[in-house]
Amino acid sequence: MSHSPHLSVTFSVFLLSSQVRFSHLEVDIRRTYINRRIQLQVTTIHTKSRRLLLPLHRFSSVLAMAAKVGFDGEDAGALVTELRASFASSKTRSYEWRVSQLNGLLKLATYHEAEIVDALNSDLSKPEFETLIYEIGMLKSSCKLAIKQLKSWMKPEKAKTSITTFPSSAEIVSEPLGVVLIISAWNYPFLLSLDPVVGAIAAGNAVVLKPSELAPATSSLLAKLLGEYMDSSSVRVVEGAVAETSALLEQKWDKICYTGNGRVGRIVMASAAKHLTPVLLELGGKSPVVVDSGINLQVASRRIIAGKWGCNNGQACISPDYILTTKDFASKLVDALKSELENFYGKNPLQSKDLSRIVNSNHYARLTKLLDEDKVSGKVIHGGERDTSNLRIAPTILLDVPQDSLIMQEEIFGPLLPIITVDKIEDSFDLITSGTKPLAAYLFTNNQKLKDHFVRNISAGGLVINDTTIHLAVPSLPFGGVGESGMGAYHGKFSFEAFSHKKAVVYRGFSGDASVRYPPYTKGKLRLLKALVGGSLLGIIRALFGWSKA
Amino acid sequence: MTEIVEETLCELRQTFKSGKTKSVAWRKTQLNALRQLVKDNEEKVFEALYQDLGKHPIESYRDEIGVVVKTINHTLSNLDKWVAPTKGKLPLFIFPTRGEVLPEPLGVVLIFASWNFPISLALDPVIGAIAAGNAVVLKPSDQAPACSSLIAKTIPQYMDPKAVRIIEGGPQICEKLLQHKWDKIFFTGSPQVGRVVMTAAAKHLTPVTLELGGKCPVILDSLSNPSDLKVAIKRIVSGKWGPCSGQACIGIDYMLVEEKLAPTVIELLKKTMKRFYTESPKDANCMARIVNKHHFQRVQNLLKDPLVEASIVHGGSLDEENLFIEPIILLDPPLDAAIMNEEIFGPLLPVITLKNIQESIEFINEGPKPLTIYAFTKDENFKKKILSETSSGSVTFNDVLIQFLCDDLPFGGVGSSGFGRYHGKFSFDTFSHEKAVLRAGFFPELEARYPPWNNFKMTFIKLAYDLDYFGLFLLLVGLKRY
Repeated sequence: MSHSPHLSVTFSVFLLSSQVRFSHLEVDIRRTYINRRIQLQVTTIHTKSRRLLLPLHRFSSVLAMAAKVGFDGEDAGALVTELRASFASSKTRSYEWRVSQLNGLLKLATYHEAEIVDALNSDLSKPEFETLIYEIGMLKSSCKLAIKQLKSWMKPEKAKTSITTFPSSAEIVSEPLGVVLIISAWNYPFLLSLDPVVGAIAAGNAVVLKPSELAPATSSLLAKLLGEYMDSSSVRVVEGAVAETSALLEQKWDKICYTGNGRVGRIVMASAAKHLTPVLLELGGKSPVVVDSGINLQVASRRIIAGKWGCNNGQACISPDYILTTKDFASKLVDALKSELENFYGKNPLQSKDLSRIVNSNHYARLTKLLDEDKVSGKVIHGGERDTSNLRIAPTILLDVPQDSLIMQEEIFGPLLPIITVDKIEDSFDLITSGTKPLAAYLFTNNQKLKDHFVRNISAGGLVINDTTIHLAVPSLPFGGVGESGMGAYHGKFSFEAFSHKKAVVYRGFSGDASVRYPPYTKGKLRLLKALVGGSLLGIIRALFGWSKA
Repeated sequence: MTEIVEETLCELRQTFKSGKTKSVAWRKTQLNALRQLVKDNEEKVFEALYQDLGKHPIESYRDEIGVVVKTINHTLSNLDKWVAPTKGKLPLFIFPTRGEVLPEPLGVVLIFASWNFPISLALDPVIGAIAAGNAVVLKPSDQAPACSSLIAKTIPQYMDPKAVRIIEGGPQICEKLLQHKWDKIFFTGSPQVGRVVMTAAAKHLTPVTLELGGKCPVILDSLSNPSDLKVAIKRIVSGKWGPCSGQACIGIDYMLVEEKLAPTVIELLKKTMKRFYTESPKDANCMARIVNKHHFQRVQNLLKDPLVEASIVHGGSLDEENLFIEPIILLDPPLDAAIMNEEIFGPLLPVITLKNIQESIEFINEGPKPLTIYAFTKDENFKKKILSETSSGSVTFNDVLIQFLCDDLPFGGVGSSGFGRYHGKFSFDTFSHEKAVLRAGFFPELEARYPPWNNFKMTFIKLAYDLDYFGLFLLLVGLKRY
């Protein structure tokens, strides 16, 4: 944000004005600067801002630092020191604090629905429905589940001890890691920012959230709302782009959670290595959909469309990236997709309010480049219309693009859907396994053998049979990638665990002290040890009485 | 050298791709073979460990062979349970969809072992990797050469050479290995090398488990019963000098005790040591030696500071020729000296006195998170305080090292003592990917999932999220407004 000339002017204004007042100003100007469309809302913020005075005041030191030259390493260091002190006070460990913060998030999502919808509309033209369901709804159910389950998650888990250590008892205690950094993505800028925060807080950590600068309205809204609803001594938002992120990554964190692409994922992990910080990387990949013949084609095509275009117009990490089907079946599938697309988005999808736009001109250019490649442009069999000024691309289907084309080499992350045909449906499995491991893989079939084969042999973060993307909404399933699609997992209890250390604890009394453990070492002791390891009760008795032969 | 790595990797990838290692029968065969290897070669293992570290056979059995055999037994008797998918609970509104978490092998994994327990710390992770169905490359430590070559010689005779390979060598070969893409790297060793490993892994987005060390304290509270104190001291001596002469990541590094108790404790320590290791520990043959000259000098250097040297209250004989250091006790060495700021990894025990034993929590929290904390106390409140106010890989009350032996406990560090965990089922998990699998049918179909969006669909989905089935019912039969 500091790179823009407009904003540096803002910052100098800030230096002249009182800190607290600027905090509002900063919010206002950013919002208007980023999107003139929300002028109207500025007044709402003003009226609400009176309530904001206190928490924003606490933020002001961070904002003041950002005013200098942007948020640099020194500022990041100061921020971490402050949060470390807060974590050391043990405040964040208490059950009450965790629940109060989760409730704060729940309130934030409940009371500010309209603002969140507006911000996402500004950043992505995301349909209200998608925002309410996939961003706000998912977050709320995630908060509710955490609040409901937290007591049981926090309970130490009893563990068995072995005969060699008898008598003793053991348990596994979940403890918070410390101060964690969450770097979020632009495609689901609300959910992917706050869902990991739910896990981090539930586990009792202090948190710094860095929302994506590519969704600026949501980023500044998050900064405002978290300042208002969360305990700012332990939960902070740092806005910014590459410079700010680099400053944050220089610091020592106790865990880093990053959602985004593999290129940046590598940078994050390499910086984490300097401090031996564990990482949770939520990346993407080319998630395939295998479509077998002999299925309910209408249902299948609707579920594919809902997962592809119904999820932020394909700009989702678990969106279907391409389809694999047999040569004979392809035309039927294409017809079904076309007719359902029209049912969903009308005859002129560029005008549909139910589709997101492309996030920005860079990504728009990236996608049109994929479409305009020589060997690809002739393969479009549906859609292809675009509207550069509004950053819109209509749902587009391509048939049999070559494997070496750009569109088949990188993650598409947009409304283009190539269909690749194979002779036998089984051949599609080889195609999938020859590439890197995707975040998700989908299969539509009624053939039980094919299902089993798919589940056994396709490695991906998650698999769904006869549907797409819905595994994301199931908190009892871990959500995360493998190989190029990332490492670590979250959602539900897995989120709590991702931000916890499982501490092994053994309780022992002073009795039951076997001399076998201690030197001087003798042959008899060796016999007893062997018997103990072998677990043979008879052997133990023999060794104890010295009857053993060996 | 480069060719060996590339050829090996290429062959293992092919094996993995063939699906051979995924078969549970194959995994069991390999584990049985490994157990047979250890049984058949017991004497050779004793010999190699004596050569590399001067370990007594009992110590070798207790800390190395025994650990491997026990782990294999535990794994074999639980493997069928571990490989089975676990069911995930699903919300009713997506009925009759079924959800499960299916563990799957990661692929080809690389294991770096360390020299202090050159058999168990090499084979224990291998057991986990194979149990999970991976192909494995093991790089034993070149600083325990006899064990390294024993492993390299025997493994191919017992285990499937197409899936389990040993690559011997030093830093150069490590560098070569780290240039390649692995599906997991499991590393046991120092934080410095841990950083190098993780940095290299980042290039290929390879997940890592880092088993590092740290300064593991033992807190000794005043124990009113003299026999308890005796037991405590015995356990402390065996936790300090027992495992590889203090060259162990979970060995005791230093002791925290109240001032007034210190003289008694030191007397008892001396007495116990005499009983365990006689007047002349070097000849008693019950203590391991220092691994090599480099480490001998490192430990020696820790004592060079005159203020540190002045704090020695017991022992102090160093035999460079035989790389043997007798147990040394130091009383209150300066806290800014190297001995109190790096992991000692040798037979020196600094005893730090505190006015009140409760201060030990603060003392520990000033340093990086240790791999383990030992505390001898009967004070339940103090136990609770230690648990909730300090952070470490594990905590053991009133004993030492036994957390390592419990298959049901995760073994691993936190912060600078590492991350990731293994042992028992945790080893299996460490080398597995937990794949979420959802199986749906084509019926029933919820209209509300699809655009064009309208208010009815919105209300429906909101109710579904709230799991308000009654509301959903009312909505569907037209009794609820939207």
